[in-house]
Amino acid sequence: MQEAMINKAKQLLADGTVNRVIGWKRGEFAYDITPAVFESAEELDSEFVYDDFTSANVSKYLVKECKKEGRILAFLKPCDTYSFNQLIKEHRVVRENVYIVGIPGGPKLDAEKIKAKGITGILGVKNENYTLKIDTVYGEETMPFYEAILDKCASCKSKKHVVYDELIGEDGDVLDSNRFDMVEKLENMSAQERYDFWREQLSKCIRCNACRNVCPACTCEKCVFDNPNSGVENKAPADSFEENMFHIIRAFHVAGRCTDCGECSRVCPQNIPLHLLNRKFIKDINSLYGEYQAGEDTTSRAPLNDYNKDDCEASIVHERGVE
Amino acid sequence: MQVNENKEFEPLIVAFCCNWCSYAGADLSGTNRLNYPTNVKIIRVPCSCRVNPMFILRAFQRGADGVILCGCHPGDCHYTSGNYFTRRRMTLLFSMLDFLGIERDRTRVEWVSAAEGAKFAATMNEFTESVKKLGPNRRLEDLRCRKQ
Amino acid sequence: MQRIGVFVCHCGTNIAATVDVKTVAETLGHEPGVVISQDYQYMCSESGQNLVKNAIKEHNLTGVVVCSCSPRMHENTFRKAAAAAGLNPYLVEIANIREQCSWIHKDIATATEKAVILGKAAVAKVHLNAPLTAGESPVAKRALVIGGGIAGIQTALDIAEAGFDVDIVEKNPTIGGKMAQIDKTFPTLDCAACILTPKMVEASQNEHITIHSFSEVTDVKGFVGNFTVTIKKKARYVDETKCTGCGLCTEKCPMKKVPNEFNMGLDNRSAIYIPFAQAVPKVATIDPNYCMMMKTGKCGACSKVCSVGAIDYKQQDKFIEQKYGAIVVATGFNPINLDKYDEFAYNQCPDVVTSLELERLMNAAGPNGGTLLRPSDKTHPHKIVFVQCVGSRCDDSKGKPYCSKICCMYTAKHAMLIREKYPDTEVYVFYIDVRTPGKNFDEFYRRAVEQYNVHYIKGMVGKVTPRSDGKIDVQASDLLANEQLHIDADMVVLAAAIEPDKTARPLATMLTTQMDTNDFFTEAHPKLRPVESATAGIFLSGACQGPKDIPETVAQASAAAAKAIGLLVKNSITCNPCVAHSDELMCNGCSSCEKVCPYGAITYIDKEFRMPDRTTALRRVASVNPAVCQGCGACTVACPSGAMDLNGFSNSQIMAEVDAICK
Repeated sequence: MQEAMINKAKQLLADGTVNRVIGWKRGEFAYDITPAVFESAEELDSEFVYDDFTSANVSKYLVKECKKEGRILAFLKPCDTYSFNQLIKEHRVVRENVYIVGIPGGPKLDAEKIKAKGITGILGVKNENYTLKIDTVYGEETMPFYEAILDKCASCKSKKHVVYDELIGEDGDVLDSNRFDMVEKLENMSAQERYDFWREQLSKCIRCNACRNVCPACTCEKCVFDNPNSGVENKAPADSFEENMFHIIRAFHVAGRCTDCGECSRVCPQNIPLHLLNRKFIKDINSLYGEYQAGEDTTSRAPLNDYNKDDCEASIVHERGVE
Repeated sequence: MQVNENKEFEPLIVAFCCNWCSYAGADLSGTNRLNYPTNVKIIRVPCSCRVNPMFILRAFQRGADGVILCGCHPGDCHYTSGNYFTRRRMTLLFSMLDFLGIERDRTRVEWVSAAEGAKFAATMNEFTESVKKLGPNRRLEDLRCRKQ
Repeated sequence: MQRIGVFVCHCGTNIAATVDVKTVAETLGHEPGVVISQDYQYMCSESGQNLVKNAIKEHNLTGVVVCSCSPRMHENTFRKAAAAAGLNPYLVEIANIREQCSWIHKDIATATEKAVILGKAAVAKVHLNAPLTAGESPVAKRALVIGGGIAGIQTALDIAEAGFDVDIVEKNPTIGGKMAQIDKTFPTLDCAACILTPKMVEASQNEHITIHSFSEVTDVKGFVGNFTVTIKKKARYVDETKCTGCGLCTEKCPMKKVPNEFNMGLDNRSAIYIPFAQAVPKVATIDPNYCMMMKTGKCGACSKVCSVGAIDYKQQDKFIEQKYGAIVVATGFNPINLDKYDEFAYNQCPDVVTSLELERLMNAAGPNGGTLLRPSDKTHPHKIVFVQCVGSRCDDSKGKPYCSKICCMYTAKHAMLIREKYPDTEVYVFYIDVRTPGKNFDEFYRRAVEQYNVHYIKGMVGKVTPRSDGKIDVQASDLLANEQLHIDADMVVLAAAIEPDKTARPLATMLTTQMDTNDFFTEAHPKLRPVESATAGIFLSGACQGPKDIPETVAQASAAAAKAIGLLVKNSITCNPCVAHSDELMCNGCSSCEKVCPYGAITYIDKEFRMPDRTTALRRVASVNPAVCQGCGACTVACPSGAMDLNGFSNSQIMAEVDAICK
């Protein structure tokens, strides 16, 4: 796949379709793959990476990149195309300035899960018949492939590309995912249990803002939490309230816009399952206002910018679920 | 609000009322001398759709024990559609608070028209009572703002 | 540094009896920024206002808080007082310590404590108040009247009389509306055409009035004083400017089997037609659904006989755009469809007719030349049964919950006219109640009963059954005599409920005006602003607002005209300054705000911004039209970045109030 992508990129650079390529390159470790912009065939050859650790969604980078001179090539996995489509809808990207090559999605690997098996010094991985062969400085280790995949990939919602100029490989389908299972489990707990669960999780928050910074829906020119005039500015969670406040408001601001790409939880250094907050909104929206998948198209009205005269009343929250 | 041994817990209730219906409804309950507890403090907003979830969280942060949002009945919004947006926003917000384990009886949306003075008073009485039963807000408070 | 004045009103004993006003004034005097805090018996009185004015001047106040009755009562009074003393009126805040404190609480200690908190919230808010200036927006000196019935015509004539240009948009080929179809009018029994058609001619000849017949409004943009309306002039396949209305084409047209709408389908017209003799504009229209030329390409008879060459089979719909300062809605009504009323056999028997059909049957220009004949066999009916409230005052889904208002009177009229012209005819009227309020109305009804011996029977008709001998069996109950009746009638006339025209609802959406559940337009205030809609610059005329008879319609039409004129004479209008505004530096251009704006006040512009790295970038940012925005604030919450804020109710102001209350 990496070869095919490099060749495609070189070809599009050469024929002038694009003048830049956004892809990924390796950081300090084999599993440390971050988005990067390439401008020449040489850079691509030497640094472009696409492997089982390459999970970062590059669509958010295109908000800035598409405003630059010329056209940029972006390789988008199915989940990334939803984010990109949502950005088109919100006029945050200029579609014409991006050439999209759709690439097959994951499942992608979670280095933390490999490390949790006591495997360290990872140099590279190979998936052989769903057994993961891990090359480490201490020799080769193995583990079942599916035990090492990212949580977000384990509940993948779609293998279908919703926007692209061309595809490498076949397009997939929207999947019947189990993504709301955990939300449901929480809903069935008592309020005290839910409170305890979230206190334990959110109290770990160090307000590094990684979730916000990676989120393709959080593309505000200036975030309210960074704006001294907003009245809610805060840089560090000094108190349990602020941990709640930040995450509730962030989830609310992306409600109806979040495509459920799962990047927030993937990047959280404290492993807070932040995506559950977004999924709670998605689940509520689906059940109360009709199925809605953000990013599926570029024209539909976001559920929070829409209404129905016979929508349920807010009291429905009191009437349903576990007390 | 304070809790002390010999005094009953008095919750602090913040009520956001839209200018055209509910604020007028509150005025009417005053004109008709329909009592409701002093615990309720009203903030006037042009429309219920002006109420940002941040205001509600802010109230809890600063020590409110319950927040109620009142607007025109659906279909009667002075601005045609404001309360329809309010309804969706608050349904989702309240559901989220519930999901985080915050007591669901601390928040409420009620539609009160300019003619429903009696409903306004009854709603405030009932809401204050239900918040009183819950006791002080502890799950969504900012300790730094707690009064001694 | 803020210099705030606090003024606590006793309101006689209304406040002072339950709130310790002295304590309130004193406590608030210690709030940050407060330089003077006073109490007074009646703050709204002239001397009370003077107290405020003098303090503003003397202490050079930057903000005023009045602790008094509801702002809905006296906010304007104190704003004016502040303005008179040279302080921006929007630097005044009211703490409502009467309706929301003294009147509902009994305990002085707690009521005083609450009054102090409400006062503190107002002080906290006024700290953040910004001086606001009401903007002005120009008024286009032209009015649009939608609907060309008697309501629309009267409104247009009155506006034109005041010297303003008016356009009438009428969906049918002629103006005149329902009144043109009516035979005689109650309670004077003068001929409708004789009083209506001169008005139609007057409208067509008035230099200030332009009639767009066979046209529809397809789009409305803008706001009070500055509406931009797109009007679709539907293709009539006849050049209006050439057609002389001679009518030769209608005679020569070979397709003569088209149901005649004007006569309620009781006779036929040709495919090219002029609705009726006094139509305005008197111009032929081709019905493309029936025209042989349009359907098969073979015929062209009308084109051959037209000496002025007005026929144009290739004509297309034309769209025109026009600016208006005011819009008057006069879309009128229709009788409801009676298909669902099987019990009255409306669909089974041609001799069961609606009242409007009866009007045509009795009209000299109607299908029978004014002789009342049964539609089935063209014989004189000798026994006629009128059924009232068909679909009116109805609690099931078939009908309407309201009273259609006009039926009692027109039925009395019909009964009387029939008894007058055909004294050998027996007339029965079945009613729930006879409702005849109105000048000379009850006298009129009593004449029908006493002088013309019309049989009024309180009771509902249960079933109407056409018999094989041509008679109609009417089964009914007489509630007063408590007996069942069977009448073998020759004709049955149903007083069908009236409902707003079907075009009203999509129009209301375009105009962003409100409607009730019955699709009648909602007035801005049911008593005090009955001809205005809640949307500024949109006025209501005639039955689109509720069932009305002709005198009421004309009265309301003139009232709507007066309101429209009141707007059009202004060169500009003052706008509410408490509107939304967007901080361009923070705006993402995501369009969320635009989606929730009920007024279309938000547009987007691409604007160049200097970036921190000294480059410039083109960014899409929202821009609010302050003349259109009504200040609801929906956008402020839809905006994730907080770029949208509302004057007078800003994020920081509301949060300051929250903080003050929760302190």
